[in-house]
Amino acid sequence: MARSVTSRGASRRASGDGAPRSPAEPVSETSLTREQRLELYYWMRLTRSLEERLVNLYRQTKVVGGLFRSLGQEADAVGSAYALQKGDVLSPLIRNLGSMLVKGATPVEILKQYMAKGDSPTRGRELNIHFGDTERGFIGQISPLGDMVPVMAGVTLSFRMRGEKRVGMVYVGDGATSTGAFHEGINLAAVQRCPLVVIIENNGYAYSTPTSKQTLARQLVDKALGYGIPGERADGNDVIATYEATKRAVDRARGGGGTSIVELVTYRRKGHAEHDNQSYVPAGEIERWERENDPITRYLARLASEGVSDAEIAAIDERVQREIDEATDIADASGVPEPLDALVGVYADPPAAEPLWFREGRRAAVEVNERASGWGTFDAPSKGGD
Amino acid sequence: MAEITYLEAIREALFEEMERDQDVFMIGEDIGAYGGAFKVTEGLLAKYGESRVIDSPISEIGIVGAAAGAAHMGMRPVVEMQFIDFIANAYDMLTNYVATARYRAFLPTPMVVRGPSGGYVRGGPFHSQNPEAGFIHTPGLKVVYPSTAEDAKGLMKSAIRDDDCVLFFEHKYLYRRIKGEMPSGDHTVPIGKARVAREGRDLSIITYAATVYKALEAAEQLEREDGLSVEVIDLRSLAPLDDDAIMATVKKTNRVLVLHEDTRTGGIAGEIAARINESCFAWLDAPVLRVTAHDVPLPYAPSLEDFVLPQTADVVLAARRLAAY
Repeated sequence: MARSVTSRGASRRASGDGAPRSPAEPVSETSLTREQRLELYYWMRLTRSLEERLVNLYRQTKVVGGLFRSLGQEADAVGSAYALQKGDVLSPLIRNLGSMLVKGATPVEILKQYMAKGDSPTRGRELNIHFGDTERGFIGQISPLGDMVPVMAGVTLSFRMRGEKRVGMVYVGDGATSTGAFHEGINLAAVQRCPLVVIIENNGYAYSTPTSKQTLARQLVDKALGYGIPGERADGNDVIATYEATKRAVDRARGGGGTSIVELVTYRRKGHAEHDNQSYVPAGEIERWERENDPITRYLARLASEGVSDAEIAAIDERVQREIDEATDIADASGVPEPLDALVGVYADPPAAEPLWFREGRRAAVEVNERASGWGTFDAPSKGGD
Repeated sequence: MAEITYLEAIREALFEEMERDQDVFMIGEDIGAYGGAFKVTEGLLAKYGESRVIDSPISEIGIVGAAAGAAHMGMRPVVEMQFIDFIANAYDMLTNYVATARYRAFLPTPMVVRGPSGGYVRGGPFHSQNPEAGFIHTPGLKVVYPSTAEDAKGLMKSAIRDDDCVLFFEHKYLYRRIKGEMPSGDHTVPIGKARVAREGRDLSIITYAATVYKALEAAEQLEREDGLSVEVIDLRSLAPLDDDAIMATVKKTNRVLVLHEDTRTGGIAGEIAARINESCFAWLDAPVLRVTAHDVPLPYAPSLEDFVLPQTADVVLAARRLAAY
């Protein structure tokens, strides 16, 4: 048993997808234009810098809840979402800030979400990047992991039923592959030939639990076999390789080829959330990934070898910084939600719940509850009827 | 017009809604070729085809989640739980995902989850349950549980047209035992409105689903043997509850018995009693009493099941105590 765990760990490192890396490794091929390749850099840089800004705001207690980082995973988020078209729909995970930005979420929305502002995309109801917009094509996920796989099976089932050439993409982590929802959702999508791409981001840890304790499968992509669908594994820290592998799955889905799995191998360099001290990570592991396999550093080297100048990169960095500064000012100036808004919109009908009598809206409660205005002094009404 | 059964009334509603709205589709286990374990969906596949009547894998999480996703995109899915007992498998999807979708993400989720429910049929622990209380506790879900064929049809049509998720409990004891004549035209029954099943002056029995008939039998016996005039309220909808109808009957008779087939602790009878206590305590001449199932899993043997589930005699006994208070 011990040997099998070791060999699995070794295979994960050895298959060209993790640290350490050889500088002589061949560069993944792509048909993306120069402009598109620079755009990928912009999205990755925006993701990282926006999270760095969030860390500052978190330390200032302006982020009122937890903070989730995707440091070191920017390439897998950006590269996979970049394979989608307008009209396609994705459902992200907590570490897919990059995917959401690519699909149209804005820095100011992200900041307002984390800062629980009244004009945030969820009006202060949900945390962090848990929000969606069907117009732009992303569906807000919930915290129970794996649940978005059945939901996205249904989203893509509707595409198939209506004959629309749209594709869905759903992200799960190594941890979520152990859930019942993942299994039921992907199996249903497969058997219904739904145009769904399931991205398994294997970042090595689910909270503190290493992938070796999630599954004995040698690779997570092997699960595709059991569902009778295609699967592909790619280096999630190579934004181009990620894009190309995902694009093949997206094209297959759009062409009527049904559901497939793409496993993207990456590494979570920060804890589950900002509070997590990562005491469970073997010494040196994080540092090695940072030193040898940072997706942005790798991509910058590639861009330089393709003739992109330092000045071009600096201009993008500057643009990113400016956009984040502007967004921060706007988000900071926004107000908190109005408490009574908490009662609005649980249902379409009724559109709002009545405030309880001991909260605001006392008058409304008095009309409904006969004793609400004077518990101690109320005169009992005479008996009704005869 | 000829009478049809409670089951046929539900089927008629499904046919009419599929005919009326191309976005309505069915998904569930064995609902297509076989027509469903109770044949509720019989004939739908032949008429509407595989793309709108989907035989699914055994995956309650999968089909409820998929229904939600399709509903976000504008479809109106109707999910069958082969037995409502299995809805527990989808509890997370319904309570964490579906119920919160509109509130947290402004995602409309117009879908129906329906299924055969309830006991008195020797179904044993996993084919007899009444799990409604767990869902009325969840903001964001609607719950209906009709007792008549007319209401079964009218509520199903309303549920499919509702812009939120409606859990539609069908009582399998009533499926083929209860008949009714369908009102002509586009017959709908509003969600959230109770029905006075029998008018009375002396005491009220508030109930729903199969126990409506236990209440009506008891009411007849009490009138015959005790000269009591008993009012029976059929709630029909459990979320939202019809507070107006509940308070009106309290004010009319001043004595209330809440009757349900579900177990006692945490059952909806407790919620109704609490609402009466808060809103019209001064109108009561007696404590609100509950007649419910015993707090045990539902056993199979007739002698056991009959002992555990509320029977007409139990209702009569409780009503007499209430009247004498």
